[in-house]
Amino acid sequence: MSEPPPPCLTTRDLNLWYAKFQALINVTLDIRHGIITSLIGPSGCGKTTLLRCFNRVNERYGYVTTTGEIRILNKNIYDPDVSLVELRKSVGMVFQRPNPLPISVYENVVFGLRIHHPRGTLTRPEMDDAVERALTEVGLWKDLKDHLDRKATTLQLEQQQKLCIARLLPLKPEVILMDEPCSALDVEGTRAIEELMFALKGRYTIVIVTHNMAQARRASDECIFMLLGELIEHSRTEDLFLNPKNPRTAEYIEGRYG
Amino acid sequence: MFAETPFVRDKRRSETTAKWVFFAMAGSMILPLLLIVVFLFVKAAPSLRVDFLLDIPRRGMTEGGIWPAFVGTIYLVFISLAVSAPIGILAAVYLNEYARDNWLNRLINLAVINLAGVPSIVHALFGLGAFVYAARFGYSILSASLTLAIMTLPVIIASTREALASVPMSFREACWNVGATRWQTIRSVVLPNSISGILTGVILQVSRAAGETAPIMFTGAVFFKAVQKGDLFAYNLNEQCMALSMHLYTISTQVPGVRESVPFATAVVLLGSVLLVNAAAIALRAHMRARKKW
Repeated sequence: MSEPPPPCLTTRDLNLWYAKFQALINVTLDIRHGIITSLIGPSGCGKTTLLRCFNRVNERYGYVTTTGEIRILNKNIYDPDVSLVELRKSVGMVFQRPNPLPISVYENVVFGLRIHHPRGTLTRPEMDDAVERALTEVGLWKDLKDHLDRKATTLQLEQQQKLCIARLLPLKPEVILMDEPCSALDVEGTRAIEELMFALKGRYTIVIVTHNMAQARRASDECIFMLLGELIEHSRTEDLFLNPKNPRTAEYIEGRYG
Repeated sequence: MFAETPFVRDKRRSETTAKWVFFAMAGSMILPLLLIVVFLFVKAAPSLRVDFLLDIPRRGMTEGGIWPAFVGTIYLVFISLAVSAPIGILAAVYLNEYARDNWLNRLINLAVINLAGVPSIVHALFGLGAFVYAARFGYSILSASLTLAIMTLPVIIASTREALASVPMSFREACWNVGATRWQTIRSVVLPNSISGILTGVILQVSRAAGETAPIMFTGAVFFKAVQKGDLFAYNLNEQCMALSMHLYTISTQVPGVRESVPFATAVVLLGSVLLVNAAAIALRAHMRARKKW
């Protein structure tokens, strides 16, 4: 086996409370650069909460209290000098239901650029270039290059989800977080998104939350099993599924509870 | 097999009865509206001419038209909404997009709800004290409009919040996760997708502002005011004005010898202009709806 890539995203003793309810308990993990890491576990185990910590978007949903630290590229994202705008620019998220904005395909892709540039500083060629590159990267360019002014909400679900991924790319993210990105898609759509994940890994660190154990097994390099807010096991995906070290992991992947 | 038992038959019958009773109640709403409109038009017919709208009242208000009252109502409605719409919309944006659940915001919510429940005669007294006397605006269009503005404000806040809440959360999430600030999210996604609902809510307040009598009676509406026939700029802000609702009250109850059709024609103008504005609101909404899809 080759030298493991360096960690891109690490947490140390991460605890998180929604008001009085503790959703994450002493989570410590190292997610390595450029691979796909999946988060699995039964509903309510804190997978999505943990994912939302990585770009601190949790804080938009209500009262959360966090202790511990999260480092991305060795920078603690809870440091006072961290700008949430800049953080979310490099740590993008893809959701369960594709959520393109009700504007054109083109405008969806350049949306992030517009948000992060003062008015009037983006030139048309720059934007055209960004759109072509992002759509090419997610494999939509061939289908959509003549339909860039089409309303994004009228695309097929699979295309919408790819577009949501493409929307992150012009911002040159480090990490792409995916919260059950395939659960609204059919078999073909799921396959397409998984293939896209494989194509994107290496350049981006991908963390995916999934309910679907088979998907975690197929589509991730490393796998993290969580239960009731705690990290139970983190190892290479094949090890976790073939030789789980913790009996609770073994019972979960055997389907004894879920 | 599968035959209807007496118990099931009874249930089916009461089901049918229930449905028809509910339908009758809902359907009976058409009747009063139809009756009001027909009754008004029939009674008003002898006076309904274009000149009735454009002319000023004559012979101690027993004859002539209603122009000063019509223009006065336009002034009051327009100025009061020009004040309450921006304040109400911005307040609603704060409450819906920024406010977290803490005691201050609960207090604001409580204030909005209770303000909506204040009777108009109390608004009238408040307007008299606050604008006419304390702020020294006197009995004027300004005082009356501000009083109406305060009265319409809570409803505008409520309808705007509803429009904002109808924008799917996923649009906001999409923005936040590319690093948009709340204001960028509001400006680029939330407002464009709720503006038709917001405008409809504001425009529907036209009918309330135009119809209220007590608040303007206390603060700036008068019995009679001499203006030029057909003059659209008949009033200054610091003057008192006539208004349709008040005029209707006066000629119906205070002035002897008014032709019977005159108050009805006044009511037709009031109702007609309000319905016209509401129809415009519906058309605007339909037009803007057609442009968005999700």
